[in-house]
Amino acid sequence: MTDFPHTPPKQSWTFSNDVNAEIRRAAATGIYDIRGGGSKRHLPHFDDLLFLGASISRYPLEGYREKCATDVWLGTRFAKKPIHLDIPVTIAGMSFGALSGPAKEALGRGASEAGTSTTTGDGGMTEEERGHSKTLVYQYLPSRYGMNPDDLRRADAIEVVVGQGAKPGGGGMLLGQKISDRVAMMRNLPKGIDQRSACRHPDWTGPDDLEIKILEIREITEWEKPIYVKIGGARPYYDTALAVKAGADVVVLDGMQGGTAATQDVFIENVGMPILACIPQAVKALQDLGMHRKVQLIVSGGIRTGADVAKAMALGADAVAIGTAALVALGDNDPALEAEYQKLGTTAGAYDDWHEGKDPAGITTQDPDLFKRFDPILGGRRLKNYLKVMTLEAQTIARACGKNHLHNLEPEDLCALTIESAAMAGVPLAGTSWIPGRNGGF
Amino acid sequence: MCGIVGLFLKDPKLEPRLGELLTDMLITMTDRGPDSAGIAIYSRGKDGHAKLTVQSADPDRDFADLPEKLGKAIGASVKLAQKDTHAVLDLPSDRLEAARHAMREIAPTVKVMSAGEGIEIYKEVGLPKDVAARFDVAHMQGTHGIGHTRMATESAVTTMGAHPFSTGSDQCLVHNGSLSNHNGLRRELIRQGMTFETQNDTEVAAAYVSHKLQEGQNLGQALESGLDDLDGFFTFVVGTKDGFGVVRDPIACKPAVMAETDQYVAFGSEYRALVNLPGIDNARVWEPEPATVYFWER
Amino acid sequence: MQTFDLAAQGLRALNQTLHGLNGTTNQTAWEVVNPKGSHAIAVGLDAPIDVTVKGSTGYYCAGMNKQATVRVKGSVGPGVAENMMSGTVIVDGDASQYAGATGRGGLLVIKGNAASRCGISMKGIDIVVHGNIGHMSCFMAQSGNLVVLGDAGDALGDSLYEARLFVRGSVKSLGADCIEKEMRPEHLELLADLLKRGEADHLAKPEEFKRYGSARKLYNFNVDNASAY
Repeated sequence: MTDFPHTPPKQSWTFSNDVNAEIRRAAATGIYDIRGGGSKRHLPHFDDLLFLGASISRYPLEGYREKCATDVWLGTRFAKKPIHLDIPVTIAGMSFGALSGPAKEALGRGASEAGTSTTTGDGGMTEEERGHSKTLVYQYLPSRYGMNPDDLRRADAIEVVVGQGAKPGGGGMLLGQKISDRVAMMRNLPKGIDQRSACRHPDWTGPDDLEIKILEIREITEWEKPIYVKIGGARPYYDTALAVKAGADVVVLDGMQGGTAATQDVFIENVGMPILACIPQAVKALQDLGMHRKVQLIVSGGIRTGADVAKAMALGADAVAIGTAALVALGDNDPALEAEYQKLGTTAGAYDDWHEGKDPAGITTQDPDLFKRFDPILGGRRLKNYLKVMTLEAQTIARACGKNHLHNLEPEDLCALTIESAAMAGVPLAGTSWIPGRNGGF
Repeated sequence: MCGIVGLFLKDPKLEPRLGELLTDMLITMTDRGPDSAGIAIYSRGKDGHAKLTVQSADPDRDFADLPEKLGKAIGASVKLAQKDTHAVLDLPSDRLEAARHAMREIAPTVKVMSAGEGIEIYKEVGLPKDVAARFDVAHMQGTHGIGHTRMATESAVTTMGAHPFSTGSDQCLVHNGSLSNHNGLRRELIRQGMTFETQNDTEVAAAYVSHKLQEGQNLGQALESGLDDLDGFFTFVVGTKDGFGVVRDPIACKPAVMAETDQYVAFGSEYRALVNLPGIDNARVWEPEPATVYFWER
Repeated sequence: MQTFDLAAQGLRALNQTLHGLNGTTNQTAWEVVNPKGSHAIAVGLDAPIDVTVKGSTGYYCAGMNKQATVRVKGSVGPGVAENMMSGTVIVDGDASQYAGATGRGGLLVIKGNAASRCGISMKGIDIVVHGNIGHMSCFMAQSGNLVVLGDAGDALGDSLYEARLFVRGSVKSLGADCIEKEMRPEHLELLADLLKRGEADHLAKPEEFKRYGSARKLYNFNVDNASAY
């Protein structure tokens, strides 16, 4: 027999190894994949934008000597006590339950030392967190776990959570492994059960009701606290406009890269828009209502560096929030723990089963043996360092663009490397004056 | 997302006060809908007469010779009574359809708000109190009326985007909520010959009901069909020449309160819209059940 | 008795005044007149005072109440006593949807009917309804007790956790994972106490009620229950 050359085996693009593995997993277990973290797809992001530094037509500022301010006021529209932060990088809402008590403490320590705020999550307010956070934003969520008027009054701001970027329109899922005694007590749930979170608030639906809910919260807190409204980035033009109409002081807009403690992978990867695409629409809504900079915009979802901060602000945000990045700063997914990640069947950098409570870094767990590994003082220090670096990076860019304040960055300071990012961000393709879609639709 | 008010009078003695009562109810719902407001008023028509309520952004230009032009087009005498940006054209009822069609030709910048023997619709952008004042709704008389204050969700804040929507003779519909399948339904209704003025989800619901009526269903049947075919969140209040109906979606989380006395049936998105109605303290007050059609007819 | 005219003095002044009262005040009895369906009346109270609202209220009356007793001589809008912590709220008339939503303690008594979603997501509150309740009541209710002297609407106790539901009349349908359960002596005892505190012991006897609770089949995910999710 003659040995003719064979066509080499060809893996299907549609039915890739990953896809087939997921089909086999679903067939074997009968449950959709639940995981933490945000979208892992390759998405158009800030990486595709570049700043146009100053040369002759514009004059740059001297680094470290000529002032480039970074502070931000939040909640100036109605609240009697708006928040003043030293830096425009805040810590996003992450629940006690998803995170351990010491991890919450570390977030409070690091943020306070860096002059910014932290945010509670879907598990109520803990003493660790309140005690160590100079400025604490209290989330008002559909589940209302641990919700009480005392915590409402001792918060510095209240964030009414309508949605999050990882799952706009969806509720949450905290699997039984993590419902420890303390989490069960705070949430008033039986220990060890799966916790199903609602996707809508139990006592209001829609912007007209939201306006009345905001009135109630303001009355209970004497109109002192800024009221944020957090939305998942899916229909940001309308949702931002309606949050403003309902009376929000601050809109928090979370793109699909935004993390979550646990939800269906199909949701994380297939619902919502990347933050790059969300910001211009939200800013347009604010501008159309004459409320840009009057109702502040905080954006989140995949913010990693000072460059990301500067780009988000140039597109019109007043501040950003970080979640996943803060966990990484604390030590989550650290390659130093690779051997332990391997034991869990994963690898450092890919670990996302935060809901299982086995985090070797001791951050996303309720297991006392694991969370004892985590030093909240050291973690706080690391977070502070990281926040400071991001701020310095953002200042470096802003100075190069000739700005004495970060909030003076504008879309015209940017250009885009790809047609898609140019279209989404509404800035010209590098080296051209072409903004795809302009003069031809939104 | 909005506020709805409605009043269906059983006692003719209240008819002179319809506009006054509805105005008060409408203004109470300002917080729910500060973008625009509108009202449909039904009155006892004159035998053989019908009314076209029309609107123009430039009424001085458009209304001056309108009765003459329209009269010529339909071969009948037409009288015009102007109220701010709106005008009511009085004409023979057998010429109503012809008039509605002729309007597109002879006055393309004039929009038809409503057509029928009893109905008049007034709607504009702005706060409910200002809209009510512009049209002097407080002095209108009638048998029943429906008002709406709008907080626009996805479609534009324009006069035509305000509620009530009227897509058939003597019909009107207002909506609180947000539909989730109106784009597909709109395409289907267009294929079947319906026409649309806006991108508003509510206009699709109104046209859907009109289409079902054209197919021979009665209003109750049309609303029942809507429970199957319309997806999303809705509380609808609808008016016809002699009737007044209410229906909520099966989830029914948008608010709705009804009150009934010997003198009237009233609807409000909130109870506070009803507090100044005569005899409200002794009225039967209830919330309409989900997926249940309520209908009153004289 | 202190009288507060809401129409004349305004909501902010009312709540500010009531919030200013602490445990040592001798102004413990308040009457609010002209509520006219206003929202957020007497919200966030935190003192053992007695507030009577003469007329009907809008959304969230007595929201997040602690310690206070709030009586409404009329009907209440959506979310009465939402997230109540302690104290008592008594409604003479009907309640709109979401009555006692997410309530964590205290007692809510509704002498008329309650609309849909009564006791939604309740977390420890006791609710006694003399009349009927609407659909989706006690959706995701976590703990506490609901007593209904009349009938319950569709999908009672859907996705229920550990709240106990007692209904005297008919139940149009039970929600996912909600089942009828045996009424044991301790439940009759509990019910007798709730009826007494709910000013309903002259209207009904514990033996006339049926008890409903969680089948606990949704407590840990199982694909064979997927149709219930």
